[in-house]
Amino acid sequence: MDFQVVVLAGGVSKKLLPLVSKELPNALLPVANRPVLSYVVELLELSNLKDLIVVVEGKDVALNVGAWISGAYADRLHVEVASVPEDVGTAGAIRAIAHHLTAKDILIVSGDLVSDVPVGAVAATHRRHDAVVTALLCNAPISGPLESVSSGGKDKTKKPGRYDLIGLDPTKQFLLHIATGAEVEKDLRIQKSILRAVGQIEIRADLMDAHLYAFKRSVLLEVLDQKSAFQSLKHDVLPYLVRSQLKSEVLLNGTPQAEENGTEKVNSQSNQQMISQILANASEPTFHLRHTLGTIGSDSVRRAHKCCVYISGSSKYCARLNSIQAYNDINRDVIGEASHLSGYSFSAHNNIIHPTAELGAKTTVGPHCMLGEGSQMGDKCSVKRSVIGRHCRIGANVKVVNSVVMNHVTIGDFCSIQGSVICSNVQLQERAILKDCQVGAGFVVTSGSEQKGEVLAKK
Amino acid sequence: MDIRRASHPVIDPKVRRVGFFDQPEPESPHLPDTPPPDPVSSVIMPPPRLLSERTAAVPVPESRFRRHELDDQVPIGSYNPAQCVFRASPTASITSSSVGIIDGEFSEDCSGAGWFRGSELSFPDGGLDLPAVKPHEVLAENRYDDAVNVNNLRRVTEKKHETVKEVSPDTPSVSQPLKAKTTKAERRALQEAQRAAKAASKANGNSAVAESGKASPAKSKKQSSQKKDGPPVTSSVTIYKKSGNHPLEKERKKDPPPQRMQFDDQNRVEKAKRRALVNQTEARNRVEIFRHLPQYEHGNQLPNLESRLFQLDSMHPAVFKVGLRYIAGDISGVNARCTEMLRALQDAIIDYSTPPEKVLIRDLTAKINSYVSFISECRPLSISMGNAIRFVKSRIAKLPLSYTDTEAKTALCSDIDRFINEKIIIADKVIVGHAITKIRDGDVLLTYGLSCVVEMILLSAHDLGKKFRVVVVDSRPKFESQALLARLIAKGLSCMYTHINAVSYIMHEVTRVFLGASAVMSNGTVLSKIGTACIAMVAHEFRVPVLICCEAFKFHERVLLDSICCNELGDPDAVATVPGRMDINYLDNWTNKENLQLLNLMYDVTPSDYISVIVTDHGMIPPTSVPVIVREYGQEHYIT
Repeated sequence: MDFQVVVLAGGVSKKLLPLVSKELPNALLPVANRPVLSYVVELLELSNLKDLIVVVEGKDVALNVGAWISGAYADRLHVEVASVPEDVGTAGAIRAIAHHLTAKDILIVSGDLVSDVPVGAVAATHRRHDAVVTALLCNAPISGPLESVSSGGKDKTKKPGRYDLIGLDPTKQFLLHIATGAEVEKDLRIQKSILRAVGQIEIRADLMDAHLYAFKRSVLLEVLDQKSAFQSLKHDVLPYLVRSQLKSEVLLNGTPQAEENGTEKVNSQSNQQMISQILANASEPTFHLRHTLGTIGSDSVRRAHKCCVYISGSSKYCARLNSIQAYNDINRDVIGEASHLSGYSFSAHNNIIHPTAELGAKTTVGPHCMLGEGSQMGDKCSVKRSVIGRHCRIGANVKVVNSVVMNHVTIGDFCSIQGSVICSNVQLQERAILKDCQVGAGFVVTSGSEQKGEVLAKK
Repeated sequence: MDIRRASHPVIDPKVRRVGFFDQPEPESPHLPDTPPPDPVSSVIMPPPRLLSERTAAVPVPESRFRRHELDDQVPIGSYNPAQCVFRASPTASITSSSVGIIDGEFSEDCSGAGWFRGSELSFPDGGLDLPAVKPHEVLAENRYDDAVNVNNLRRVTEKKHETVKEVSPDTPSVSQPLKAKTTKAERRALQEAQRAAKAASKANGNSAVAESGKASPAKSKKQSSQKKDGPPVTSSVTIYKKSGNHPLEKERKKDPPPQRMQFDDQNRVEKAKRRALVNQTEARNRVEIFRHLPQYEHGNQLPNLESRLFQLDSMHPAVFKVGLRYIAGDISGVNARCTEMLRALQDAIIDYSTPPEKVLIRDLTAKINSYVSFISECRPLSISMGNAIRFVKSRIAKLPLSYTDTEAKTALCSDIDRFINEKIIIADKVIVGHAITKIRDGDVLLTYGLSCVVEMILLSAHDLGKKFRVVVVDSRPKFESQALLARLIAKGLSCMYTHINAVSYIMHEVTRVFLGASAVMSNGTVLSKIGTACIAMVAHEFRVPVLICCEAFKFHERVLLDSICCNELGDPDAVATVPGRMDINYLDNWTNKENLQLLNLMYDVTPSDYISVIVTDHGMIPPTSVPVIVREYGQEHYIT
């Protein structure tokens, strides 16, 4: 279908420290014991998209990610892993791989997307409207009741549900305004020209840009080429395209339509015009068209391009793993309400216990839990709404609630873990009590310590 | 009424003149940039060919099949009344009677059967005939030599008995599947015969490369007759072409036109569903009389198709986009739809490359077929689009085998460009030129719906400085005319806008009615947006001339008597809601109401009696002259 897919898998995000490291980059962070990148890759695979370009920041990270992908998908998919220098931003990443892009349209997906929205639908919307960019919008995630994490000064977690401010036209097909990131906090500025052309703008705060875009390649590359200051697709390129949609500076369709043929073709030119007139009259005029046609008298030709949106239905799951808060939420959802995403089959008790896992006497694993391969649990333990990784050794009388425990973690007797993330190879000595903590890889929590809302990591 | 009529004493006689006496119009359009449409072949037509085409216009199946069918219909007819007697509920009688109407009126060859059904209503024990019929038929079939037909007959009869047996714990709508079975079997018989003929012809075409050595005497006769009418051709390529294509053409003329898919035929619908790329769910409350048309739920078609964008690998992106735009209703209007489809096919042809071990002509035709079936799944094709597709396919079939891929592709692309240019653009210009002569100062012109030709006429008349007013009539649910109105007003025309309900009030001041058309049938009926017939009738009543503006590529040899058998159904929800009034919600959950059916019909048929003149690119003609255009120019789309 003439689409190329670029997965921006990122590198090691500061927002996710201490969970991530060079060895465990963002893309490989386990969600329900599967790297988060696998959710995107499988979403794309489900849509029959098997040629992917995965862009990773940093060489070491690229090696890690590449190794994992070739191990997991070598037989099914054709994946190219490209590494770009760190801190070039998403726009820089696309610039770096621009020479690989040949298709008419480019689908750019963030590697931290966990979703079941059909990718084809976004692409189809893009095609249908012949848009310059189409963005996937989803409902802003609602944080869980127990997730009042105070993990540093991230304004996103403080204001749940207010990620982006999005202006839509009344038909909810076109993107008229987008304020992301820091702009959300500022005053809302809407262009008069757009408002005048459309007549009515609907401003939504309950939608979130899911960072899945379909771009027209020629336009994207041109914009990236001209505006070398642009760092991010989401914060720079998309708002720029939205802002300039009625005074388009990009060349649509790559070729200027006027002066390309000589005098002999004037006749066919007028015919061409007539055809486009017929076609334009036959279709429902969008405000773009009305705007461009509304220039009677003025000599300058107005040009417009379309920025479309695809709004995912409320039944679809869509979340981005871009904060620790989100990490907790997504883990909870993937084994909970959005369990079809995990790809596992749940037992009668609505949980997943690997057959090789060993449970001690009187140990209970509640619904919406997951127990990885080869993990051992002692007696009288209780696990609720948590994910426990592979080969963990958990002592007796341990309580794990609303938490994520990664692989090879050793937990002593009488420990209690609530709302926390325990990374791989962590050792929890006896009677440690953790509430809303993040424990970095390889950390040792001394026995009897009681932590609340702390970030524990190796210095 | 009389007073109103009296107010137009001058116009009325003129109308009639316009319609029927003004028509020795130029045969060839007098526009400088039209290439002259092959004067030799179009003017001198030999009588034999003419006759054969005449017959082709009427869908009469081969006589043999017809006879079988009549034989078969007897048991059906005799069985059916038994049911009506068993359950004499009002619904049963209604359904059976409505089916009877369909049989009697619309498919001509079934009229006998319909009559039988009616007459034998009085024999309640008609079902007892069946065992008597069966051995008879079986015996008969053993005597036949023709394998194809025997097989078919057997299938027909056996099927019939099966269904009869199955059905005997009766349901009121039994008559329908029974009827469907017959047509299906009949169709299959036809198809097999065709296939056999085609295979034979292919063999002919392949073996007889240079000369039509194996052509049957009839064929050679045909050829000689053709040679008479055309300029004498000597090049070996054309001769070969003729020998290859002739049997096919002959076959086509003998056969009835390919029947449309009947959506009340369970088996075929299921088969089609398996093949379908767009999975659609059938609407729940289907309108009974329109069961033969596709009636799907409209809400989830688009998301379904959208989400499968990447699954449909076989589809060309351009074709897919057109399908999407059709299904989403982004584009309407026959000319625009046709142009977009042709452009998409052009794109697909440009990107096409012949796979190894295959012939471009065959493979590309198959590809085009799959594209077309996809497009028609998205929205049923209009007749003009059918014509355009026929044109493309015939161009492909006519490609010389010696052409390389690139040559063939450029030839096809320029052919498609030519079609769009000549049949749509230049045709529109010619129509504008003709129609504009009928607009005089002080006229009040009425138009309905959204026709691009009518719009061009109005605008160019305005540009010429003619002083006239326009009445734009619109109708629910789409209010398409508002766009037209906006454009007219922007150009400074003085307009009046009203809805179709008010047409009888406004008509008395109107002096001309300009209407567009979706298709014109060879009996002069005009298929157009629903409501057109109403406008035309009111205009006729008020003695206002009705001018139909329609390009000649929308003409079709088919005969259409009513708007039931060939139509399209829109989204029923569109008629259930009132735009801008959220409080009127009586029909909100209409799908749950078993006894409610919503009908949103898209087209209607205007009988030729109500049409004064049809303005086409071949001049202004009365509706009775449509067959002439179809005969003289209709074939031209795909033969030149």
